[in-house]
Amino acid sequence: MADAAARIVFDHVTKRYPGRAAPAVDDLTLEIPAGEICILVGPSGGGKTTAMKMVNRLVDMTEGDIRIGDESVRDRDVTELRRGIGYVIQQTGLFPHMTVAENVATVPRLLGWDKQRTEARVDELLDLVDLPAVDYRARYAAQLSGGERQRVGLARALAADPSVMLMDEPFGALDPITRTRLQHELLRIHREVRKTVIFVTHDIDEAILMGDRIAILRPGGRLAQYDTPEAILAGPADDFVADFVGADRGLKRLSLTRLDELPLEPLDGARGPALAGSTTLRDALSTMLSEGSRTVLVLDGDGAPRGSVTLDALAERLVS
Amino acid sequence: MTGILAASGPVIPDFGEASTCVQDNRLFCPDWVRDNWAPVLQPALLQHVKLVVIAVAIGFVLAFAAALLARRSTWFERPFDLFSALVYTIPSLALFQLLVPVTGLTVTTVEVALVSYTLLILFRNILTGFRSVPADVLEAARGMGMGSFQVLRRVEIPLALPAIMAGVRVATVSTIALATVAAFVIPEGLGRPIFLALRQFFNTELIVTAILAVGLALVADGLLVLAQRALTPWTRIKAGS
Amino acid sequence: MIADISVFGDALRFIQDNPGLLWDKVVEQLELSAAAIGVGLLVALPIGIGLGHLRRYSFVAISVANVGRALPTLAVIAVGIVFLPVGFTVVLIALVVLAVPPILTNAYVGVSEIDAETIEAARGMGMTERQILQRVELPLASPLLFAGIRTAVVFVVASATIAAIAGGGGLGDVIVNQASYGIEGVIGASILVCGLAFACDGVVAIIQRLVTPKPLRGRHAEDAMLVAEPGREGAAL
Repeated sequence: MADAAARIVFDHVTKRYPGRAAPAVDDLTLEIPAGEICILVGPSGGGKTTAMKMVNRLVDMTEGDIRIGDESVRDRDVTELRRGIGYVIQQTGLFPHMTVAENVATVPRLLGWDKQRTEARVDELLDLVDLPAVDYRARYAAQLSGGERQRVGLARALAADPSVMLMDEPFGALDPITRTRLQHELLRIHREVRKTVIFVTHDIDEAILMGDRIAILRPGGRLAQYDTPEAILAGPADDFVADFVGADRGLKRLSLTRLDELPLEPLDGARGPALAGSTTLRDALSTMLSEGSRTVLVLDGDGAPRGSVTLDALAERLVS
Repeated sequence: MTGILAASGPVIPDFGEASTCVQDNRLFCPDWVRDNWAPVLQPALLQHVKLVVIAVAIGFVLAFAAALLARRSTWFERPFDLFSALVYTIPSLALFQLLVPVTGLTVTTVEVALVSYTLLILFRNILTGFRSVPADVLEAARGMGMGSFQVLRRVEIPLALPAIMAGVRVATVSTIALATVAAFVIPEGLGRPIFLALRQFFNTELIVTAILAVGLALVADGLLVLAQRALTPWTRIKAGS
Repeated sequence: MIADISVFGDALRFIQDNPGLLWDKVVEQLELSAAAIGVGLLVALPIGIGLGHLRRYSFVAISVANVGRALPTLAVIAVGIVFLPVGFTVVLIALVVLAVPPILTNAYVGVSEIDAETIEAARGMGMTERQILQRVELPLASPLLFAGIRTAVVFVVASATIAAIAGGGGLGDVIVNQASYGIEGVIGASILVCGLAFACDGVVAIIQRLVTPKPLRGRHAEDAMLVAEPGREGAAL
């Protein structure tokens, strides 16, 4: 049972369904470094969910190979393989007849962990996903809100400390506010547990926010581009990617950088709205436009102004 | 107008030292009930319970196996369903009599008939139960690394339990009522004292045995409701936090 | 164990040899059953549909279903005999008592489980309560209504067979009277009564097909008394 994250390699993976001319996934080759979040994104019919499901063999490959660490997924017994992979789906699939604690304890129990170890792990995970164990252990799924349910789903997937996590549009069924909150939660948790994650979504903004790397799949299941969000936004590989990313990709790039990452001008009596250092450039631009100011003041951790950033500096960032 | 009762006409048997209550053929004579509980009523009741328990148990095993097969493969469901619906349409007395030449005037005849009736009810309810398990729950279970047997044991059966228990309730109550007809074939069960009482137009026995038969069914139903509540605690919570 | 299957051959000969007698019995049983179903429909349909339309007093429907399932034909006859003499009347009353629960329960469930939004839409369009009943609720509830009626019909025919011991007449007369008609008579009448039950079920099925609106045909409604959904039953006894 690997505790450390493992890298995932797709090696010319193809999936063909009988009776259909075009493959669902076509010669997909990419490597996901250990501990990174890789987003599979694309329009419907792009084969992204199919590709992800071939990792835990809920769908079987027609050609090619997928390796976790150095071991092919075909070499392991399939139920054993799945117990080592965390699996999160959109509707959560929480077991309605089990309490939250029992749900989270599912894979540890399948693996035969003893009761004490399991209980300790459950408490640890519930705290990790910000659902205090004391309150939530004994509740049933029907008593939870959508966001709470998805957190339990996440805790359940992390329970046996898998080396790899597969997440299929996990936040798709949530309202926008909850979705944003959970996206940031997941990033925080990922900083702590550092798993290798494959995350499927159709939402390019979610992909840019969450991904260390993004794989864009076009209809027909072929890889259009695989790179960091920054690189894709700066240089889309072709028209399809450019279209998919959106004509506002310049603005999207701005959301990848924060104010405190830029060199700051000295204060020097500059005037303008004050923003925290953690504000993205995009939000800063938005504030500049709405307040009618070409300068914003950047605050440090204590709320004191450290320096300023001008509209010209922002524009330069875009071009570089 | 025929009928074996009409032919015999009202006969007031000579009960010897029987109480005035019985001699007057009043509606309910406690002394008769007290005297006849051990020799007549209790044995009939226990025989009845035994007949029903065997029938429901066997019917359940068969229907469960059939539902396990039918829940994934669609080819099995229709024929089995049609078959049990067919048998269910056969009037019970006729089914008993048709079995007699084959299996004789025995408990086997009665059980074969009773099991055939429970099959339809149990099969439909158990299958409905399995079908009601949400698809995303099944997908999550498989994705987590549960083998088929574990999915069945830890997920499908518990989630199908409410419908299964409802089916067992209906089957049990219906079988208790149906088992009274067994008295036409073998001298067992609550049907027998009813039968004898009908011959004699003996009011107290008629009333008491009728109450016993109906009462047994209602008590069984109540006990099964309690069992269902105990087995499926999650069905009674209210949704939403 | 006696496995004397030659008796079935004798039974078929009995049927051949006694057409008049058996036909009379069949007619008797049909008359009795038809009367019981008729009265049962008159009593149970209005109550079941009415309560279903109001969506109130569900415990009535649930209790009627629970008690109805628990009533053995023999017990109902037994109680009837205490108060009434042997003959057509007591059997008719007993059969009506047995016919009511499936009709009432299925009518209630069929009407009350129609999507409330559909009814609201109808009301919003300006239909009167009566029109809603006629044009929306009854057609939509017809699969379950007929499931209940079919169950009641088969049940009444079966119970009428048993009720022969209380003077009901019909094929049951032969079946319970082995002394007069011999084993071949009993078996023969049993075969016939099976056919009778199937025929009656078939007739109701045909009527159902003719009366059900086209889009709903082929929807095989489960008799609510047989397939008890836990939600419907609630926790009530």
